[in-house]
Amino acid sequence: MSAVIDTHHHDHAHGPAKGLMRWVLTTNHKDIGSMYLWFSFAMFLLGGSMAMVIRAELFQPGLQLVQPEFFNQMTTTHGLIMVFGAVMPAFVGLANWMIPLMVGAPDMALPRMNNFSFWLLPMAFGLLVSTLFMEGGGPNFGWTFYAPLSTTYAPPSVTFFIFAIHLAGISSIMGAINIIATILNLRAPGMTLMKMPLFVWTWLITAFLLIAVMPVLAGVVTMMLMDIHFGTSFFNAAGGGDPVMFQHIFWFFGHPEVYIMILPAFGAVSQIIPAFSRKPLFGYTSMVYATAAIAFLSFIVWAHHMFTVGIPITGELFFMYATMLIAVPTGVKVFNWVSTMFRGALTFEAPMLFAVAFVILFTIGGFSGLMLAIAPADFQYHDTYFVVAHFHYVLVPGAIFGIFASAYYWLPKWTGHMYDETLAKTHFWMSFIGMNLAFFPMHFVGLAGMPRRIPDYNVMFANFNMVSSVGAFMFGVTQLLFLFIVIKCIRGGKKAAANPWDGAEGLEWTVPSPAPYHTFSTPPEVK
Amino acid sequence: MSETQTNRRLVGKLVLTVFGMFCFGFLMVPLYDVMCEALGINGKTSGTAYQQEVEQIDNSRTLRVQFVATRAEGMSWDFGPEAEQLSLHPGETREMLFLAHNPTDRPMVAQAIPSVSPAIAAAYFHKTECFCFTQQVLQPGESVEMPVRFIVDPAVPAQVKHLTLAYTLFDVSERMPDKLAAAQAQAH
Repeated sequence: MSAVIDTHHHDHAHGPAKGLMRWVLTTNHKDIGSMYLWFSFAMFLLGGSMAMVIRAELFQPGLQLVQPEFFNQMTTTHGLIMVFGAVMPAFVGLANWMIPLMVGAPDMALPRMNNFSFWLLPMAFGLLVSTLFMEGGGPNFGWTFYAPLSTTYAPPSVTFFIFAIHLAGISSIMGAINIIATILNLRAPGMTLMKMPLFVWTWLITAFLLIAVMPVLAGVVTMMLMDIHFGTSFFNAAGGGDPVMFQHIFWFFGHPEVYIMILPAFGAVSQIIPAFSRKPLFGYTSMVYATAAIAFLSFIVWAHHMFTVGIPITGELFFMYATMLIAVPTGVKVFNWVSTMFRGALTFEAPMLFAVAFVILFTIGGFSGLMLAIAPADFQYHDTYFVVAHFHYVLVPGAIFGIFASAYYWLPKWTGHMYDETLAKTHFWMSFIGMNLAFFPMHFVGLAGMPRRIPDYNVMFANFNMVSSVGAFMFGVTQLLFLFIVIKCIRGGKKAAANPWDGAEGLEWTVPSPAPYHTFSTPPEVK
Repeated sequence: MSETQTNRRLVGKLVLTVFGMFCFGFLMVPLYDVMCEALGINGKTSGTAYQQEVEQIDNSRTLRVQFVATRAEGMSWDFGPEAEQLSLHPGETREMLFLAHNPTDRPMVAQAIPSVSPAIAAAYFHKTECFCFTQQVLQPGESVEMPVRFIVDPAVPAQVKHLTLAYTLFDVSERMPDKLAAAQAQAH
C-alpha cells in the first residue's frame, strides 16, 4: 500500500499544480520569485502613477489639478509604495528565483515560510492603499512619517498604515531569514563562501541588514500606535517624550534601509558587467569586503538626515566624517566595475546598457550625497529639491536600473525566450533620457531653494519644473513598453540556449532555458 | 547533523536576533534620554534636582538668562515669568518666579517641560529646584507662584554669553486621572 502512495506522491512532484491554487499554495522558489516580481511591478506602476499626479500638479506653478491635502497623500504613498512595495519585493523576487540556482540548491531553505512571506505583501499594500479611500484620507505625513505629524496630527487612517508597515516588515524579515538559511545551509558541495557569485554575497549582507533594522522599524511604529491609542508619550513632550527621538529611531532603521535597496543592485551589476565584458570581475575579494564595509558604516551615519534638528557640534562632525567614509568602499566598487570593463570585449545588449548607466548615474547620485554629507552645507540643502534629486538619482538609475538590468539578463532563463533587443534598447534610451530630464533639473531648483513636498512653487522655478514633468511622463510611459516586452518574451520569441550570453558564468547557466520547475535535485559539484 | 536540524538552529538564532533588535528599538528610548541629559542634546536638562557641590563663583563673567513661557496647544492657563531676564555670574544660585493662573471653571493638572538654548549650554544649566519636577494642580480661578532655582556651571563654554530657559506648559489633566480626581474632591 505504501508503494502505491509513494508513486502517487512521486507523480505530483514533477510539475506545477494546475489552476489558481498553484499560485496560492506554491512553495516552489521559481513560482514565488515570479509572484514577487509581478507584484513589485504592479506596485511600481501604482507608485509611478502617483508620481505622475505629483508631476502633473507641478507642471505649472499654482494649484491646478489636486488639493494640497491630496498632494501630500500622493508624495507620502508614492514613497512608501516605491520603497516597501516596488524596490524591496523586486529584489526579494530576484533572490528567490536566482539564489537557489546560483548556489546549486533545489529550493529555498524554508519553502512554506517563503509562501507566507509573499502573501503577506498583497495584504499589507491592500491595507495601505485602502487608507486613501477612508475618511480623512491616507497617510499625508511624508514617507518618513515624523512624529507628531504621524501621531498627534495624523488622519484617523494612520492605524491602518501602522498595521500595513507591520505586515510588510514581517514579510521582509521572513524573506531575509529564508535567504540567509538558503545561502548558509544549501550551497552545493565545493561552493565556499568566497566562490559565491557576488549577487549572492550582496544579498547575504542585505539580509543581515534586514533582520537588524526591520525590527527597529516595527518598534517605532509600535511606539506610534501606543502614543495614539494607549496614552503613552514616546514622542509627546507633555508626557516627557521627545519628537526628535522619533527621527533618531526612524533613521537608525532608515539609513541601513537605503543600502538594503541598493546592495542587491550592486550584486546584480557585478554579475552583468563581467558577462558583457567577457572578463572575470576585477577585484572580487575587495568587492565582498567593500559591501560588508558599506553595511557596517550604514549603522553609524543615521544622524546625517537630521543635521538641522540641533545636535552638538561634535555629533555633527562625527556623522559628517562617518558619512563621507562610505564614499571609500563605494569608490572601490565603482573602480572595480570600470576596471572590469577596461580592455574587455564589450557588447552593449540591454542588460549591459542598464548596468553601465547604473555605474555612471549612481556615481552622480553618490556625489550629490557627498555634498549633502557636509554638515554646514546641508543647512542650505535640507528639505529642498536637491535632496529629492539626490535620492532619486541613487534609487531610479541605481536600484531600478539594477532591477531592469537583472530582468533582461535573466529573462531568457526564466522564459526560455530571448526578449526583443530593439524594443529593450528603446526602453533603455527612453528611460535614460526621461529619468535624467526628470531629475537633473531638480538639483538646480533645489540649490535655488525650492522646498520639497509642496504642491506650489515660485514662478522662477517654472521652466525647470516643466522639463522635470515632461521627463517624468516620458519615463512613466516607457515602463508600459517594458511590460509589453516582458509579456512578448513570455509568449514567444527566439529560443534561448542554456547560456544565451557569451561571457556569462555561474551555475544558473548550466540548467536549460527555461529553467525546469525543479532544478539541482542532486547538488552540482563546484570545482 | 541533518539538514532540517541545521536549518532549525540557524533560524532559531536569526529569530532571536530579530527579537533582540525589536527590544533594542525600545531600549533606544532610555538610551536617548541618558544621552540627552549627559550631552544636553536638544536642550534637555535634568528632570531631578541638582545636588549642589561647593563651587566658586566666577565673578569675571556675566551671563544673561532669558525666560520664555509658552502654552501648548489646547492649554488655557495664563502662564509667564515674573521678569523677562536676569544677569548672573556662573556658579551663583538664582531664583525666578513663574506665575500660573487657571481661568477655567474646572480643576486642571499641568506639566511644564523645560528646554535650554543654546543646546551646548543645557548640560551646564543646573536646577536645584523647579516646578517642572512635578505637576501643578490648580482649582478654578486659582493662581500660583512657582519658583525655579538654578546655577549655571562655571565650566560652561566661554562662547556662551546668553542662555534662554523656555518652558512649555501642557494640559495633562487626562493623563493624570488620580491627581485630577483628588483636585475635584477638594473642590466639592
